[in-house]
Amino acid sequence: MSRLRVLKRVGLLAAIVIALILPLIAPDPSTTNLAVFTVMYIGLATSWNIMGGYTGYISLGHAAFFGFGAYSLGLLSNHLNVAPGYAPFLLVPVAGVISGLVAVLIGWIALRTRAATFVIVTIAFMFMGQLLAENLVKLTGGGAGLGFPYPQQWGGDFYNTPFYYAMLALAFLALATSWTIRRSKFGLGLLAIRDDEDKALAVGVPTRRFKLAAFTISAIPVGMIGAVYGYYVTYVYPQFVFDPLIGISMVLMVFLGGLGTLAGPVLGALLLEPAQLQFAYRFGASRLYLVFYAAVFLLVMLFLPRGVVPSVQELLQRRRQELASP
Amino acid sequence: MRIVLEAAVLGVLTGGVYALMASGLTLIFGVMRIINVGQGALVILGAYLSFALSRSIHLDPFLTLIVTMPVMFLLGIGLQFVFIRPLKTDREALSVLITYAIALGIEGVLGFFFTTNYIELRAWYETASFAIFGFHVTWVYVFGFLLCLAILGALFVLLYRTSFGAALRATMLNRTAAQLVGVDVDRVSALAFGIGVATAAAGGVVFGVTNAFNPGSHYDLISRLLSIIVLGGLGSLRGAIIAALIMLVTTDIAAVVISPVWASFVFFIILVLVLIVRPQGLYGVRVRERI
Repeated sequence: MSRLRVLKRVGLLAAIVIALILPLIAPDPSTTNLAVFTVMYIGLATSWNIMGGYTGYISLGHAAFFGFGAYSLGLLSNHLNVAPGYAPFLLVPVAGVISGLVAVLIGWIALRTRAATFVIVTIAFMFMGQLLAENLVKLTGGGAGLGFPYPQQWGGDFYNTPFYYAMLALAFLALATSWTIRRSKFGLGLLAIRDDEDKALAVGVPTRRFKLAAFTISAIPVGMIGAVYGYYVTYVYPQFVFDPLIGISMVLMVFLGGLGTLAGPVLGALLLEPAQLQFAYRFGASRLYLVFYAAVFLLVMLFLPRGVVPSVQELLQRRRQELASP
Repeated sequence: MRIVLEAAVLGVLTGGVYALMASGLTLIFGVMRIINVGQGALVILGAYLSFALSRSIHLDPFLTLIVTMPVMFLLGIGLQFVFIRPLKTDREALSVLITYAIALGIEGVLGFFFTTNYIELRAWYETASFAIFGFHVTWVYVFGFLLCLAILGALFVLLYRTSFGAALRATMLNRTAAQLVGVDVDRVSALAFGIGVATAAAGGVVFGVTNAFNPGSHYDLISRLLSIIVLGGLGSLRGAIIAALIMLVTTDIAAVVISPVWASFVFFIILVLVLIVRPQGLYGVRVRERI
């Protein structure tokens, strides 16, 4: 048992070290580009899991916060004439706060509903965000899109590196938040809501407040990640960031890795995002990558609905029990 | 005033189409407690099937329904059998994701075969119009409305005048109790899913004649259809029909009074307002236990 724990610690440390020095050992832009997107989805899936995994409320509209974050950063840095470089990163927390405020508003309304209705309402809000970005032409530029400051000084191989570390920092933030919540009384309350909301309320869990808090906490990192993403791609338009596919991707990663676990979303993102990028790169023009995506999705749901991490844990436990009682 | 009235008439006529598409969705939810996020993609698939048929054998788009509705009915039964029936636990959440995946798959396949260019179903009544009390009404909206009325009427007869309908309504009310009195709920579920998908085929034709569409059009459509059934109350057929009329009349009036780009936003505002005062929707029942 203790040997397993030591092994786990060493593995975790090695993973962190590799994550930290990755741009040094693999500096070519195609690898770092892949790393930026993979780490981005680790953060997104981990944040989504706080609401979807712990609390059991499936939101298919988290792309709304991604979009609000991206647009917030773009508009702020354009209006404040922020110089391209490291300065726009300072506005990322502001984008997070804006997304958090939007989440309070959306959550206040959406959390009046439960289960299936909640899922639908979150989808509706995502499309409302998309419509706003498209229709408020004077503010957002509408369908023509919004340009970000372009950091020309980061030419060549170095360009991806600052974005990689920004995404990595946000992924760590999301993971730390998720870990802290999981071990807190608040987290216990969320799990109680997932298992039986009415009973949780009966034993004194302030369900309304807890749900809204979880929804907001899970939206803030998503907004910040959206902001960094917008700056990274330097140009966004409404359907590009308020993208239902981004919203569904984080959900699929959590389900693949393991709903409600800490490692699950990380594993799901590591497995799925590189595969998705490869497919989009090869078959993007023919839309066939959507078929691939759908196929992976259906296979996961049908054969591994509880995710990799819980299934493996179960297997280990069974093996241990067999060893203990022959 | 005149244009507002004209918009209201158009809203009622197109509302019928949305009522039909949403009725399939709410029926599936009522029987199986699953949300078919793929309904929008199935509507678009129906439109493409009619497009392919009307182009290859020069059939009138509405007449292609003789072929496409049975095909889509069987497709629905197949989808239910392969993807929905194996779900044993937590089906409400998982079904959303599964049907979402089905939607993506359909979008990908359609994009591969038909490209992502916008197309439209063509027929003589698409632009021909007639005047009544000084209003100009295009024939296609009238035909579409009548078709939807006929199919919805058939649906009501099926639900309220046949023993299958009784079994289906019993399953909607209480699945376990229906099973106890001898209803084969698996068979009822499969048939209900088939019927729901067949209504998507019919909706697809009317949608395809009145709108230009491409494989990605299902996102816009499904967000509207889902909003309609939430507004009506999940699982309520009557609610879905009334909500569809409310939605299309308000958006069509908003389009002429405010501006076309804000039309769907106005509907979402109504949805939000209804959710604030009545989270269960117009005809929904407040859910107390976890379903």
